[in-house]
Amino acid sequence: MTRALAISLNAGDAEPLAAFCQALGVPFVLLAAGGDAPVDVGAEKIVRLEGDIPPADALSAFIAEMADGFDLIVGVAHMAGKDLLPRIAGLLGQSMVGDIVEVLSASERRFLRPVVAGNAFAEVEVANGPFVASVRATAFKSAARGGNAAVETQPAPSQGSTKRVSVSEAEGGRPDLTQARVVVSGGRPLKDAETFERLIGGLADVLGGAAGATRAAVDSGIAPNDLQVGQTGKVVAPELYVAAGVSGSTQHVAGMKDSKVIVAINTDPDAPIFEIADFGLVMDLFDAIPQLIERLRD
Amino acid sequence: MKILVPVKRVPDPYAKVTVLPDGSGLDTTSLKFEINPFDEIAVEEAVRISEQREAEVVVVSIGRAECEEQLRKALAIGAHRGILVETDAELDSLGVAKVLRKVYDRESPDFVLMGKQAIDDDANQAGQMLAAMLGIPQMTFAAKIELLDGSVRVTRETDAGQETLEAPLPCVITTDLRLNEPRYVALPGIIKARSKPIDRHSLDDLGVQAECRVRVLRLQPPAPRGAGRQVQNVDELIEALRAKGVLGS
Repeated sequence: MTRALAISLNAGDAEPLAAFCQALGVPFVLLAAGGDAPVDVGAEKIVRLEGDIPPADALSAFIAEMADGFDLIVGVAHMAGKDLLPRIAGLLGQSMVGDIVEVLSASERRFLRPVVAGNAFAEVEVANGPFVASVRATAFKSAARGGNAAVETQPAPSQGSTKRVSVSEAEGGRPDLTQARVVVSGGRPLKDAETFERLIGGLADVLGGAAGATRAAVDSGIAPNDLQVGQTGKVVAPELYVAAGVSGSTQHVAGMKDSKVIVAINTDPDAPIFEIADFGLVMDLFDAIPQLIERLRD
Repeated sequence: MKILVPVKRVPDPYAKVTVLPDGSGLDTTSLKFEINPFDEIAVEEAVRISEQREAEVVVVSIGRAECEEQLRKALAIGAHRGILVETDAELDSLGVAKVLRKVYDRESPDFVLMGKQAIDDDANQAGQMLAAMLGIPQMTFAAKIELLDGSVRVTRETDAGQETLEAPLPCVITTDLRLNEPRYVALPGIIKARSKPIDRHSLDDLGVQAECRVRVLRLQPPAPRGAGRQVQNVDELIEALRAKGVLGS
């Protein structure tokens, strides 16, 4: 690999992309198509797209046009990246390695990535030639800072045949789930949206963290979709993960088991979540969480 | 209307999988195989569409002869016919997309509906690659699909919330878990599926070569987490978290 095009789509993408390129030892150009464009992460230059970023068909065509001279195109493996990057690979006729968590050998083009919901890790080797990659942001946390890259701006391409009809952003106020230092997650025992917000949201707020949820909680309408942590939702690795009323399904655990410290609160002492918890509290969350909120608020 | 639904044979998503001691693969000795759950959702959605309007649901699987089991399951759900591209070659996602493109060219469906990812390799690539190679729109991670006149509207999850996209047909749609809950297939459906047609092709028949540029060298089990400990009450928990330094101040 001699030169990479790193594509930032969301806030917080630039740093893990820079850390990955640094781990590979390849110079890179940062394309900021959404998200931020810090000038000190060691990019050769930054190309910032201005205006609305279109759906994947138009954006992938635009990026494929500028791919000449790069033998690696890389982005972060979040929803936007998973949508866009394989399409770029398809347009260029290149293969893709997704969800990289470790560079095993840059010269031998070997990478580590989780498979089967994180129950195994595959060592993969990419054949010679240009390719596309995505990285888990939780695995490439800090890039060496320094320098001052030149910023070039270009208008974002206009929509292609796929039109964006409507967008609804979840109401903010809390840190982004994938970036938060603390995540408090709840499962179906939370009963309803109001209880979820009061207990899970309340504890997240006193800890300065984000709220997360299991698929069961999302499916039963207790928590909004974008809070889902798991194999098919978001992958998080905060300093502290508090799982309350979460049984610990494989699906959910795949999205949070790399957290530094895991706390499980559950009435069922045999819940699988206790197997991966650093601290387990067998207690009703309706007793435990109000107590935690009260003590931690002081 | 014709809907093409690719289905993959994967290890039982609810079974505990372990890596063989030599790292050569998963221990499959006692594993059952199933339709990839995301693909099953795609089959269910396509069949529901065919129950509401004139539509033929064609399911395709790529792999060894055993993939017929998954095609039969899809036919039992209500798909009309199957295509088995028989090969024991290793394919990466681009290789799969290239085979699907050949099937697409032969079938000329109105759209392709497929799982967003397979739960074995968790790649989440083939649908987007197929759409790119065909030069048609893609709408990934669909939580809701509405067919309009000549176009389709998909509501999907994004990193920050939800969005609704609209694209003309033909296109590729990939399914998320909350699109629907696949039906329970009763015995009459299973029996009926036995007599539905399955066409068999080799890669040669389709005029496509097996490609695999991303190769799995070996598997390793995840690193075990250190044993945790039980705390008795909230005060003990707070004390333990303070000692770990994860409570901030």
